[in-house]
Amino acid sequence: MTVPPVAVTPAPLDLQALVDLVANAGDGAVASFTGIVRDTNLGRRVLHLEYEAYEALALKALHRIVAEAEETWAGTRLAVHHRIGRLEIGEASIVIAAASPHRAHAFAACRYAIERVKQIVPIWKREHFEGGDVWLEGATADPEDQHARESAYKIACA
Amino acid sequence: MRVTVRLFARLRDLAGSGELVRDVQAPATVQTIWTSLVAEFPALADYERSMSVAVNTDYARMNASVSDGDEVAFLPPVSGG
Repeated sequence: MTVPPVAVTPAPLDLQALVDLVANAGDGAVASFTGIVRDTNLGRRVLHLEYEAYEALALKALHRIVAEAEETWAGTRLAVHHRIGRLEIGEASIVIAAASPHRAHAFAACRYAIERVKQIVPIWKREHFEGGDVWLEGATADPEDQHARESAYKIACA
Repeated sequence: MRVTVRLFARLRDLAGSGELVRDVQAPATVQTIWTSLVAEFPALADYERSMSVAVNTDYARMNASVSDGDEVAFLPPVSGG
């Protein structure tokens, strides 16, 4: 089965499949990021998370992020898969792999991608905690916001 | 004309549905759709400052025009990752 470079899926994530997809013989580094569900947030004991996506737009936004990173750090290739549905503590919600001839670009592109995911991908998490549940709300998504993009770039290169 | 309205996360909860089909008078913009939606579900009003919008699965602005058959989505601040 072919692994797509970007995906939004209810199935458990497979980081190794992304690493295999992006790494070529000319690469000297693959940096990866795995976001996992933690058991506490803002002092609350988290029971599980529920992720929801506007899938068609989320895929476009993920493609955009991959293109931005590959354009910014020439020679890098990225893959990003995000999970949706109910996730238990410790499960991976997102995996990112970034391959590059050199490690600095791999790390930077990987970090840039997760920062941009949090800015512009239409996915939401509902936190189910002891005593209730709440939709978490982060950034107002605006792919054209150059200030946000620069902010992600600065974090990536810090 | 007829449009499909998509709502996500807390907006969906507040409206009680993630997909609504509404008849609106042409010409219409995303703002037109939003204004009539808020009239129907006043609890949504506070999101005008923080939400994003999309037309036919592409991000758009409130002044974007909407045509018959379009899908208009209202998106609260995102929290993926």
